Amino acid sequence: MNDRVRIAIVGSGPAGLSAAARAAALGLSHLLIEKTDHLSDTIFKYQKGKHVMATPSQLVLRSDCDFEAGKRESILDRWNGQADAQAINIAYNAEVKAIVGTGDPIAGSIQKIVERKRDGTSETKEIQRFAPPYRLTLNDGREVIADAVVMAIGTQGNPNLMRVPGADLPHVQYQLDDPAEYNDEHIFVVGTGDAGIENALGLAADEAQGNVVTILNRSTEFASAKAANVKALMTAAEAGRLAIMTESTTAKVEPGFITLDSRDGEVKLKCDRIIARMGSAPPRAFVESCGIEFTSGDRLAFPKLSPVFESTAPGIFVIGALAGYPLIKHCMNQGYDVVEYINGNRDLKPADEPILAAKFAGLPEKKSVAEWLEYLRANVSILEGLSPLQMREFMLDSEVRAYRSGDLIFEKFDPGSSLFGIARGQALVEVASGVEIPIDQGSIFGEVGLISGRRRGATVRAGADSIMVEVSRTAALKLMSSNPPAKRAITRISTERQLLQMFGAGLTPADLADILDTAEIRTVKAGEAILTEGDIGNDIYVIRVGSMIVEKKIGGKNVFLSYLPAGSYVGEMALIAGGPRTATVKATVKSEVIRLNGDAFARLMAAKPALLERARRDMAARQDVNAFVESRKDSFSTVVDMYSETAKFLVDNGIGEATDVLLIDEHLCVGCDNCEKACADSHDGLSRLDREAGRTYAHLHVPTSCRHCEHPHCMADCPPNAIHRGPDGEVFIDDSCIGCGNCQRNCPYGVIRMDSVPPKKPGLLSWMFFGAGPGPGEPSKKWRYKNAESGVEKPKKAIKCDMCSGIEGGPACVRACPTGAAIRVAPEDFLTVARLGGEAR
Amino acid sequence: MATPAASPIRRARGEVLHDGFLRHAGFRWLKIATITCVLSIASYMLVDVTPHHNGGSWYGYTMGTIGALLILWLTLLGLRKRAMTRGRWSLKAWTSAHVYLGLSLIVIATLHTGFQLGWNVHTLAYALMMLVILSGLFGITVYASLPTALSNNRAEMTQVQMLDAVRAIDRQLHDAAQPLTHEQAALVRQSLEDDPFGGGLVSRLSGRYPRCATARAQAALRRWTGDTPDTGNDPLERVDALLERKQAMLARLRRHLKLKALLEIWLYIHVPATFALLAALTAHIVSVFFYW
Repeated sequence: MNDRVRIAIVGSGPAGLSAAARAAALGLSHLLIEKTDHLSDTIFKYQKGKHVMATPSQLVLRSDCDFEAGKRESILDRWNGQADAQAINIAYNAEVKAIVGTGDPIAGSIQKIVERKRDGTSETKEIQRFAPPYRLTLNDGREVIADAVVMAIGTQGNPNLMRVPGADLPHVQYQLDDPAEYNDEHIFVVGTGDAGIENALGLAADEAQGNVVTILNRSTEFASAKAANVKALMTAAEAGRLAIMTESTTAKVEPGFITLDSRDGEVKLKCDRIIARMGSAPPRAFVESCGIEFTSGDRLAFPKLSPVFESTAPGIFVIGALAGYPLIKHCMNQGYDVVEYINGNRDLKPADEPILAAKFAGLPEKKSVAEWLEYLRANVSILEGLSPLQMREFMLDSEVRAYRSGDLIFEKFDPGSSLFGIARGQALVEVASGVEIPIDQGSIFGEVGLISGRRRGATVRAGADSIMVEVSRTAALKLMSSNPPAKRAITRISTERQLLQMFGAGLTPADLADILDTAEIRTVKAGEAILTEGDIGNDIYVIRVGSMIVEKKIGGKNVFLSYLPAGSYVGEMALIAGGPRTATVKATVKSEVIRLNGDAFARLMAAKPALLERARRDMAARQDVNAFVESRKDSFSTVVDMYSETAKFLVDNGIGEATDVLLIDEHLCVGCDNCEKACADSHDGLSRLDREAGRTYAHLHVPTSCRHCEHPHCMADCPPNAIHRGPDGEVFIDDSCIGCGNCQRNCPYGVIRMDSVPPKKPGLLSWMFFGAGPGPGEPSKKWRYKNAESGVEKPKKAIKCDMCSGIEGGPACVRACPTGAAIRVAPEDFLTVARLGGEAR
Repeated sequence: MATPAASPIRRARGEVLHDGFLRHAGFRWLKIATITCVLSIASYMLVDVTPHHNGGSWYGYTMGTIGALLILWLTLLGLRKRAMTRGRWSLKAWTSAHVYLGLSLIVIATLHTGFQLGWNVHTLAYALMMLVILSGLFGITVYASLPTALSNNRAEMTQVQMLDAVRAIDRQLHDAAQPLTHEQAALVRQSLEDDPFGGGLVSRLSGRYPRCATARAQAALRRWTGDTPDTGNDPLERVDALLERKQAMLARLRRHLKLKALLEIWLYIHVPATFALLAALTAHIVSVFFYW
């Protein structure tokens, strides 16, 4: 059968549904193609009763479908109802296999697809693009001809399928919605990632169900699963609740049986159901095969789009999460806009226009949003390569401000990770008191905070009446990943500035040109050494991101000498004094260093006596530390060992990437949990720390509580961009959290929890004298349930330590510790050899 | 390894990063309390009250007022601890002051009595105060000595994890006991149905549970396993190994609960006695003014 429509919409998520609803409202012939048997599969797969949020709240919704924050079920019900009422033409269980233009070949429009193989080689395929209309081939062989195609398939991808004979039988499934559905079955789970393990445990949890569950592992290791899941699986296997078959793969599937290739040869086993959880393939390959080009080869790159979301294949539009917009409201607005555009409406302003207009409202001249965007793009050098659509998106995450001459932009030691671009005017950087270095229009500043995540290194004022763009960390990272020239420019400037700042006044950018030409940025894995004791070499290393520890072998043992935060340099000893390296320098976390050529640096030192003097002073200080440790080693060997071991323990537990961490001295901790209670009572009744959990070494306990990492893992993937670094260096989550749980999954230290705010408690005195309420600390689940406001559904949001920002007196956990066991430290305070002096006395 | 109180960890700048409540701010409150005591004793010697020192003299009233106010302030620690108000206060400083000023009360209140004790409400107040102070002394002792043991014993496990571990062993025991004979299974069931922490306060504080069903079950099963070699797949040997593990985990949990109980038990005397003291103190003051 052949269908002919104006618009084919692929994917029925919020973006696709909204586009189809618009097409239906405009009376355009359309087809909404959905690969499952229901609308909006991503939201459908959310856990039952999940609260879905509607952010950003200032963005107006422009769609023929309604959407407001609420339960998963009510949102899906409403959309289903509206899809029926608006007579949207939907093809369910239809998966698009190919999209090809049926018109003439477009001259010169050839797409190169680079396919990287597992063995490291790559193959380039070329696709000639053809003009619309497009022919969409569906999995059932049906073909649809469409003038325009709207791709709204999201980023979820397709599950990897089993490729054995019989894999298409109905009892092979790729998802498990409710483990309680199956009883008295022989079930095989294929794949030992988290999903597979969780499914297997779910099926075997209740013995009354009588399932015989076996999980298959291709190898002997469980490398791709969380440690906690693996442990739970092992316990379950030990208890005989399920079986694990290692080094086994499926060979054949038949009704009622499965044949496995195992260590002991081929075995045929009874099998009623196979649940295959072998990961999923991102949709990129399919998208590329349609002629849509991506901005780069980066795994996180998005398709190249015009301001109206048109891809490099004319007539194919990409919207929604696939286009880089994970929030539901954005998706729905784009669906509306893109169909309006296809229908010939060229004057529609994007829904984010008012947000941008508000950003530009405070500037001295009156220009339209488009004019301002163009002005900034043309005047700030790093923005030059951006398209108007990218510019728009970029500005949504950024701020623009006007400063009068002499206005303070930021002060030394302010926290801040944003980057500033000068669109007009000049900035003055105070490198020493009274000494100011000007930075001119078009350039950038503030990049050190962006890269190292530490506090500002200098005070900056406006040198003339200026307009500055403040680029948030996320926007800057996005810019750098999507725009290689911008990345190179930022890297070179930041390296130059970092060197100027580290080695002090007296140096000018011109002096550094020689060094910068030979400078090389290197990524160092955690635990990898950049310098090894005894090696020959004279290069200087500057730590740009992350942190390092310095160790020296004394009496056959590695002794911890010092901790180097980002912004320090090493290697000067061998350069100045000659001879081999005197200590080993290792990365504590994944870090980046700048390697400076030793000879070039030596020439610079020869030309600049002040720099030589500076390096000699630093060297002398380090030699003092070495000598001190060596002298202590004989008289206090146990103390030195102890100190070294403790330092290693702390580094292993992520203190190396911390900026502020809660430690508990278990010589003093009486286990009263007043810290937890104080935390709960200072923050809406929810504690953000778990005192008892966590690692302990030599009675130094690292509780489960935020370390405020230099480069917070939690920030990596926050759809509403709700995680920020606050004025005291704290990492906090603001109210725009949508409760997606990404940060909780990304945190390697497990310090983020998802919970809703409990009901308000009666006051302390009424508890003390009349026993009203649950008393100090986090109320019990039971009390919360009993006292919950009926009919009001409170969303579960991510909560974590914010270092009690805004609370006078500082962190409540430390203030409320009756014995002085709880302390908060920065790693450079703690991991210093000076402690050795204190302990040894 | 340094002793608990003797290992202050210092910051690079020489500033004391952290020390316990006893050492707080270089023993500030110990110094203040000592000076107060010395001054009180000296003034007691120097002031001549005729016919002899007693609570009713001007000197006695002064000491009594100081003592009563001190008691009220010391009681407020309970409120301070629970009221998470803003501001630059430290509960550690409060505890430190509470400990040392509380101890100085021994001197102040004793001097207030002029050593005139008898069978009356006044002496009752004094006795209750001493009870509170003595229980507090016990508290200081356990706070200074037990945390290290608590930390060593738990070996990075939380209490919930320990309980979960016992439950996990119980589940495995339940499954492993299926092939056993009726008589043997009954022994395992005893262990499963037993409340391993029953036995009251004495057991909790001593950590000894003589009627532990797990220990009994294991001892009884050893009758069968004792003289048969372990061939590796005898269900009875498996049950025996599980019981052994359960015993070890129970021992750790019981030690944990014992230490926690010791860290808390004194508060069950300290706090109620404080309230009794406040009542007796009120009676003491009212009666003194009533019979002015």
